[in-house]
Amino acid sequence: MRRGTVQRALAVVGHRVLILGFTAFAVFPFYWMLITSFKQNSDLYVGASNTAHNPFIFNQPPTLEHLRILFGSTLFPSWLFNTLWVGALVVAITLVLAVPAAYSLARLTGRWGEHFSIGIFLTYLVPSTLLFIPFSRLVAMLGLQNQLWALVLIYPTFTVPFCTWLLMGFFKTLPKEVEDSAMVDGCSRLGAIVRVVLPLAVPGLLTIVIFALTLTIQEFVYSLTFISSVERMTVSVGVPVALVRGDVYYWGSLMAACLITSVPLAVLYNFFLDRFIAGFTVGAIK
Amino acid sequence: MTTAEVALAPPAAKATDSLSPRDRRLGKLMLAPALSYIILLVALPFLLALFLSLTNSSAGSLDFSFVGLQNFKSVATSAVFLRALRNTFIFTFVSQLLVIFLGNILARALLKEFRGKFLVRFLILMPWAAPISLATLGWLWIFDSTFSVINWMLKVTGWLGPGQWYYWLGDTTLGMVAIITVHVWRLLPFSTVILLAGLSSIPAEVHEAADIDGAGPLAKAFQITLPMMMPILTVAVLFGAVFTFTDMNVVYLLTRGGPYNSTHVLASLAYQEGVLGGDVGRGAAVAIFLVPLLVVMAVMMLRVSRRAEVT
Repeated sequence: MRRGTVQRALAVVGHRVLILGFTAFAVFPFYWMLITSFKQNSDLYVGASNTAHNPFIFNQPPTLEHLRILFGSTLFPSWLFNTLWVGALVVAITLVLAVPAAYSLARLTGRWGEHFSIGIFLTYLVPSTLLFIPFSRLVAMLGLQNQLWALVLIYPTFTVPFCTWLLMGFFKTLPKEVEDSAMVDGCSRLGAIVRVVLPLAVPGLLTIVIFALTLTIQEFVYSLTFISSVERMTVSVGVPVALVRGDVYYWGSLMAACLITSVPLAVLYNFFLDRFIAGFTVGAIK
Repeated sequence: MTTAEVALAPPAAKATDSLSPRDRRLGKLMLAPALSYIILLVALPFLLALFLSLTNSSAGSLDFSFVGLQNFKSVATSAVFLRALRNTFIFTFVSQLLVIFLGNILARALLKEFRGKFLVRFLILMPWAAPISLATLGWLWIFDSTFSVINWMLKVTGWLGPGQWYYWLGDTTLGMVAIITVHVWRLLPFSTVILLAGLSSIPAEVHEAADIDGAGPLAKAFQITLPMMMPILTVAVLFGAVFTFTDMNVVYLLTRGGPYNSTHVLASLAYQEGVLGGDVGRGAAVAIFLVPLLVVMAVMMLRVSRRAEVT
């Protein structure tokens, strides 16, 4: 009896330690961003060989100076704006292309539709690091070098396949009778989709809006390749490429920029996690 | 699956029975825009990449001439490329091994109910949600040559004696350790949530039945959990491997392939040759080396999905 209790207590402690260890590993870089963002320079740049100076805590009072620099005298606000501008257009294009395609694959195509949907699933295995070279040629031919329009044109190559797949799964979960009864009542198929199916699919639509937006914010390779003017950059490229002046890193402002961009994305991912998993598991889970 | 097969496949009896010709026409019409976009901007550029790798195209002009397999020959004999090829496989293999090992432990730990689980899940997911370039920047600061907090901890604990120092990103071995660390850190949440979804989909009755039959924990792990987890494990490994294999963010931002081009991967080398160096043909040739493994991954993915459909 006693032994059982001890064993159970040990298991609980072990579990706690395990969870704590993994959480610390995951969070540490973000904690580091946070503390760096608010440290005074004289507290920040001490050198790691000075063992008397503990870098994990504020040795001097925190400061808002780095945030003031980030928002007042860097292009960070414009990069945020550029990113959201591209994001909004990419979301719109993604919705226009993915919603009808997903419905069609879920309801209006037979066996060849299944083949197509697997084909669409496989297109998100085609990486940006393979396509950026032909795209650079395409962008040059269209005269879109160094323009955000190049990103608007190209980003749907990864948002459309992913969102079509996600939404197709969502449409399949809606009962067929919904459209059937609307059509019996005199609606055309298209009318039934607009009036009955889409309102029911709002959670699914919201999910793909969120994922098209977050994938756009996270993208790095295309943006790095096609945008060269600092004022036209997106956040994911502007911060690592242009917030570094000469060889001098402004770590306080840099880390603040990283944190400010990352936290909202983490919140969004948590809300939509289950749908996101469904987008990757092909049907390996029933 | 080839396109011919798709075209020849007879219409499925069950699914299309109720479809009127009008519905079928509407279906094609609704699929057409997305499909044309994917063909124009994924399939054709893919072919263009193959085409460019056979030319001497450069970034400055649109003129080119065919050089046959010249680019592949010169690439395949360069020491930097061979090193990058090796690195790509090392990074992918080692980080996936660690991710799957740690991911299984973490997913099992998260399967239990405990207080603060929501917060823990949120925090553990952060590395995957953050934009990879910005997350890598955080690590760049952690691995800084002068201010590295890791070195501070190693100094305090006495691992690094007086005069000893680690230049994380200025040394080939340490640079590779740093790159693998970032990959593991970033992909662990992704694999964990997928494995967790798989674990929680195993019905409790299966375990109860095994208990009644007197199965021990080892027998349960190897005869129930592992076989039932196989498809989902494959999915996690395949996607993780593809993400690591094709990634250039981590290497580009941490080491830029240095020191002396010793930590390049295929993707970062393709960028250096094709964009920074302006030799489009050569860059394309380097990137094409990503394709064979991607094809293998795609085939394995298809087999998993087909098996899942059958059962």
